[in-house]
Amino acid sequence: MKTAKKILQGACGFVLILLLWQAAASAHVFNASLFPTPLQTWQALAELITQNNLYLQIGASMTRYLIGYVIAAVLAVILGLLHGYYAGSWNYVNPLVQFLRPISPIAWMPFIVLWFGIGDIPAEVVIFIAAFFPILLSTVSAVRHIDPVYLKVASNFSFGTLKTITSIVFPAAFPQIMDGFRMACGTAWIFLVAGEMVGAQSGLGFLIVDARNNLRVDVLAATIVVIGVLGLAIDLFMHYLEDLVRKRWGLGIAKTSR
Amino acid sequence: MSYIEIQDVSKSYASGEESHTILSHISLSIEKGEFVCLLGPSGCGKTTLMNLVAGFEKADAGSITIHGEPVNGPKKDYVTIFQNYGLLPWLTVEKNVMLGLSDEKLTRKEKQERAEQYLREVGLYESRGLRPGELSGGMQQRVAIARALAVHPEILFMDEPFAALDALTRMRLQDDMLKLSREEKKTILFVTHDIEEAVFLADRIVILKENPGEIRKIVKVPLGKERDRTWDEFQYLRDHILRLFEAGVPDRTEYYI
Repeated sequence: MKTAKKILQGACGFVLILLLWQAAASAHVFNASLFPTPLQTWQALAELITQNNLYLQIGASMTRYLIGYVIAAVLAVILGLLHGYYAGSWNYVNPLVQFLRPISPIAWMPFIVLWFGIGDIPAEVVIFIAAFFPILLSTVSAVRHIDPVYLKVASNFSFGTLKTITSIVFPAAFPQIMDGFRMACGTAWIFLVAGEMVGAQSGLGFLIVDARNNLRVDVLAATIVVIGVLGLAIDLFMHYLEDLVRKRWGLGIAKTSR
Repeated sequence: MSYIEIQDVSKSYASGEESHTILSHISLSIEKGEFVCLLGPSGCGKTTLMNLVAGFEKADAGSITIHGEPVNGPKKDYVTIFQNYGLLPWLTVEKNVMLGLSDEKLTRKEKQERAEQYLREVGLYESRGLRPGELSGGMQQRVAIARALAVHPEILFMDEPFAALDALTRMRLQDDMLKLSREEKKTILFVTHDIEEAVFLADRIVILKENPGEIRKIVKVPLGKERDRTWDEFQYLRDHILRLFEAGVPDRTEYYI
């Protein structure tokens, strides 16, 4: 009942934007050839699916997304656990991280292309950069905020450092790390398209560039809708995982809005 | 030399510019198998004293030895039970109890049997597959007790273990604790601010005073290991200690039954 109401409430915004979109198209605010109607966009979407192998493009994007994201997650969690556990070391690293973090992954693009060439790698590297910092920061903070009683228990049972980190610190911090995973998923998705606009021959970013080059505004709009829907699906999925983790850890449902 | 020897131990914490003395020149001997309660108002340093003996913190001055060996850090032979249980919420009750057994030379099955044995002892065998979050506070503390006993420690350190529980559950766990100390013959150092709890459980009560933390008085509880809260002696001893607290000045009369 509550979920149904929530979905209904959420749908209101979509209906409103659709109405505004149609109104703007009907009122010819912009030249009709530059402003696709919802119907044209829908038809372009059908065309993408039937003629342009949309699923393959999504698959290509998702593969790059996963490669960049997983490498970032593994590295960021390992570094985050170490720097969170050895609190002193973070003082050396934190300023550097705060310096690098605000630099848009896109700013690195020319270097990435010079060093790694074009193709799959630029997108993967951009996604890596985008996902790395949120996960690193949330892991460090998660480790620093775990209940000290867990560490007392570990030392009482004479756990070594490695065992303490892997079997006490990591699971204790995991629900909060999961929160970082979710945020990083969103950030990485934002930069996926930008990463694919450079030299990729497939994927959603490629579709955007291709539609622009062919002046197919309807395809452009349809691709944007696809990117949004997938982003929403990823976020819902991550929320679902987060709730699963919190439930298993005996914590309440996350208070983050969705 | 006694089993646990605390000699002239002091501890202070720096807060900003000032340093605050938590414990000042504490000396105390505890015999093997003895049940000693550290009793005092909050801020008297009773938990700090226990942390020092358990090896979680280091004293600024003085020495602490167990079995003649200086305390250098926590050990599996001396297990601490915390007020907020210290159970790992992501593990099942059974896995929690097996936590301390991981580096013992036992097969997986033997570890499991050991855990089950102690879960039975605290009456939670049926709950072994649940997670701590699914249990009441009293049950969680029972799991923590089972986890401590499973490693066969010589000493149990208990830091206000029942303070967060409701009155009825607390009494039930105190009953269990008394039975346990009778049967398991562990040396137990038990921190509490509850006078009745101390009188009910302890062989000896060490009453601490605050600012700085010093031993005000050590009271023997000659009630044996079978106790009843309704006994006259029990009530008398409780009132005696209560008066010690209220008066704030040392009572010169020694207490004997």
